[in-house]
Amino acid sequence: MDFVVSQILTGLSLSSILLLVALGLAVIYGVTGVINLAHGEFVMLGAYCAWMLQTQFGWGLLASLVPIFILIAILGWLIEVLVIRHLYDRPLDTILATWGLGVMIQQIVRLTAGGELRYVQMPPSLSRSVNILGATDSAYRLFVLGVALALFALTWFIYSYTSFGLKLRAITQNRSIASCFGINSARAYRLTFAYGAGIAGLAGALISPLKSVSPEMGTTYVVDAFMVVVLGGVQSLLGTLVSSGLLGEISGLLAYYSNDTIAKALVLLAIVIIIRFRPQGLFAQRVRA
Amino acid sequence: MNNNRRTFLKAGAAAGAFTLVGFPHIWSKNSSLAYAQGGEIKVGVLFSLTGTTAIIEESLNKATIMAIEEINAAGGVNGMKIVPVIEDPASDPATFAEKARKLVLSDKCVSVFGSYTSASRKAVLPVFEKQENLFWYPTLYEGRECSKNVIYTGAVPNQQQDDFVPWLVEKFGKRWYLIGSNYIYPKEENNYVKKLLAGLGAEVIAEEYVPLGHSEFSSVINKFRSEKPNVIFSTVVGDSVVALHRQYRAAGLDPATMPMASLTTSENEVAAMGGDAAAGHFTSAPYFMVYDSPENKKFVEAYKARWGSDKVTHFVSESSYFQVYLFSQAVAKLAASDIGPLAIRDAVKGEQYKAPQGLVKVEPSNLHCWLRPKVGQAQSDGQFKILKQSADWVEPNPYSAYPDQKCTEEGLKQI
Repeated sequence: MDFVVSQILTGLSLSSILLLVALGLAVIYGVTGVINLAHGEFVMLGAYCAWMLQTQFGWGLLASLVPIFILIAILGWLIEVLVIRHLYDRPLDTILATWGLGVMIQQIVRLTAGGELRYVQMPPSLSRSVNILGATDSAYRLFVLGVALALFALTWFIYSYTSFGLKLRAITQNRSIASCFGINSARAYRLTFAYGAGIAGLAGALISPLKSVSPEMGTTYVVDAFMVVVLGGVQSLLGTLVSSGLLGEISGLLAYYSNDTIAKALVLLAIVIIIRFRPQGLFAQRVRA
Repeated sequence: MNNNRRTFLKAGAAAGAFTLVGFPHIWSKNSSLAYAQGGEIKVGVLFSLTGTTAIIEESLNKATIMAIEEINAAGGVNGMKIVPVIEDPASDPATFAEKARKLVLSDKCVSVFGSYTSASRKAVLPVFEKQENLFWYPTLYEGRECSKNVIYTGAVPNQQQDDFVPWLVEKFGKRWYLIGSNYIYPKEENNYVKKLLAGLGAEVIAEEYVPLGHSEFSSVINKFRSEKPNVIFSTVVGDSVVALHRQYRAAGLDPATMPMASLTTSENEVAAMGGDAAAGHFTSAPYFMVYDSPENKKFVEAYKARWGSDKVTHFVSESSYFQVYLFSQAVAKLAASDIGPLAIRDAVKGEQYKAPQGLVKVEPSNLHCWLRPKVGQAQSDGQFKILKQSADWVEPNPYSAYPDQKCTEEGLKQI
């Protein structure tokens, strides 16, 4: 029994990290259609903010979360205004531009904060393990799971039940007709991009106590995030939730029975096969192009 | 016919010898003056200053430069200054080979100090073997190499494990979990540890490899929990080692009953993961920053004075430092006209030096070094506590996991 529970918990923990890094990407791509290759760098910047606030100002991680969200959201907003906004109808150019931005951000961090690996202290109140149905798990990992689900719920709520969400859905369906009805789509895009960036920053801050913080850390997460979003279906929030859950549980299980190298290979193989037969992803919304 | 041929050969050899004795200038001037010109000896320094391994290789570059500066400040080698030619191979094996070629062919360096990863060493090896030059490699590595153009000053598996593994078995127990990054170094170290464990009657309950750069260890930690090994033998490297330690600690596992034993976790890695995550785990290495010797005190003080008081020294920077001294001792034995890569190699055989870790010696047969392994336990202040030292220096055996092979002065021999 405790084995089953601890295996499920391990999978959930993997899923929660996937969900955190993928959510921002899913929001941005789902609404604006921008393939943001600098997404991993937003995650990295979030982790560096957590590190900086802790070492320079002595802030605990929990107290830094909201400021980090705001900081990275502002950065996302600026990037949208300065770069992305000019490239909305040129998908190839946005890929190149965001990739270039990512490289620049990486090097700026390397030049200012240094190339050394960093770490962030775990909040003392959460650095212990707890018992759940006979299985032990790290309290911090459960906390990350809780935050990931809460963020998902918040995003879902904004998207489905607020008037802003209604406008977003209208824009997603057809931007020009939505604009004809008086929706300020430029503003909606800007806010979406800022929100997505903020969530990515938050993801980086939350995973920083578990991983090493380095200028290159973002590149692995952007791959994971794309995997989740592509599998889930690019315009479906629910798809992102389900696919991160699936990927986390499956890779946790495979890693337990074989090892992480095999697990990674098998999961990628499964995604390739699924995409071959269901290119729109598991949950596709019908959208007019 | 046979006789005639023999006489002819003898005559030829005599003529050759006569040429060498009779007109030494023709030979020695051309070749040696290129290496020791105008009171200067040029050496290459080949550590990545950019790219993924720059963090650690920068510290090796610093230790090398510091040793060269010290030797020059003390009057140089027989009055000649050592002049470093510094190149940045950018953590890329292909660039390593290209820069090595430049240092050897166009800069005419008499030796090159450099590289950290096995991949980069393998990339430069053909350059030094083909050009008959000399490469000085400071990193601990997996062994199984017998080049006559490399001086290896880092530890090989038998030097780090012979004392360490039996001590851990006695102290903690016989159920061992082997976890490593998925490439050659961990596999070779594991080949040797499995051999040692079999001899001790201990059991390997799992041998597992994670991809390089892997940072999610929750499944692995789950297995630690259910398998309950006595010792986790970790050859995980790079940023993965930080993630593994931090997640181990977050999971609430206890190093007092299930410690991780590592051959690569130095002060440098501990600084990257935080003392709290490293505390209680063990490392075997020839050198720790806290080691108490007059030579080490001088080394650490000089290093901090030169590069900053927050800097740490570790076992690869220490060997980067002492190998320059071995080089200068070998050069000092040679007449200026004789200085050349192979002459230096032959002169350094059996050479001894009082390094920060203790007296070390170059083994003439395989060009690796006799070193003084120690066992350290990481403390929460980021330093190690030395719990055990080998009674004497330990002979290097790069083929310790392969008893039918031996590295000799003539090259690799099958036994």
